[in-house]
Amino acid sequence: MPEVTIGWYIALSAALFTIGALGVLIRRNAIIIFMSVELMLNAANLLFVAFARHLNDLDGQIFVFFVITVAAAEVAVGLALIVAIFRTKQSINIDEMNMLKG
Amino acid sequence: MGNPIVFLILAGIALISALGMLMSRNAVHSALFLVLNFTTIAVLFLILNAPFLFVTQITIYAGAIMVLFLFVVMLLGAEQLRGDPTQGLGRWQIPLSIILAVALIATFGYILVSGTDVTTVGAEGEAIAAGPAEIGLALFESYVFPFEVASILLLVAMIGVVVLRTRRGENA
Repeated sequence: MPEVTIGWYIALSAALFTIGALGVLIRRNAIIIFMSVELMLNAANLLFVAFARHLNDLDGQIFVFFVITVAAAEVAVGLALIVAIFRTKQSINIDEMNMLKG
Repeated sequence: MGNPIVFLILAGIALISALGMLMSRNAVHSALFLVLNFTTIAVLFLILNAPFLFVTQITIYAGAIMVLFLFVVMLLGAEQLRGDPTQGLGRWQIPLSIILAVALIATFGYILVSGTDVTTVGAEGEAIAAGPAEIGLALFESYVFPFEVASILLLVAMIGVVVLRTRRGENA
């Protein structure tokens, strides 16, 4: 039985991050793009915690707290922006968001 | 760092749910797939000796943030984009995205197999205590300044959202 090393976690995190990046590139729904960004943040969080365990250091876990805080703030502002854009454009297709002027 | 079989099952669920989020046509399905993904990662946190983060991940991410997402999706009735979802999407965009994604994962793989060998550095061994008490001590002793900055960030986000929701010329 092979032992689970940090390399396995790096591979999983890299795969999740890539799926998130792919979501940002190919989806056209602004909300799903947001979800993909969250997925990338989570992949980074997973690696932080894996390395905290690997190096036996709590600092990695503290960092995850700050990442979660920033993600929560980002989601609140981002979704408010999407709602505001939807009010004027009646759409959340990012191809139709091509003007800074509302 | 955990039982290989458990890790592989969790990694499989995480990858399938992430792909499900990417592929779903319906935004509500995407959100639910993402909840599953976050929960799986929370279980990995538990395996990695981070019990407090496990709870935080489930309450904040799978709970609060995803409820916010679902709320906005349903509020806007934006489960699906109107018309053809690939409309306006150049034929070259999807292949190019996939090439870029493959390049990204190849770079990760290259770093993993060559370059600095991160896998041999470090102690691992017996896990240190990482309960709420230890996290709280670290947060309020060594990281008290970033903690305050984070609270200001949350305040700014809150004010920003209120300002965004207030229409021009209205008082409330």
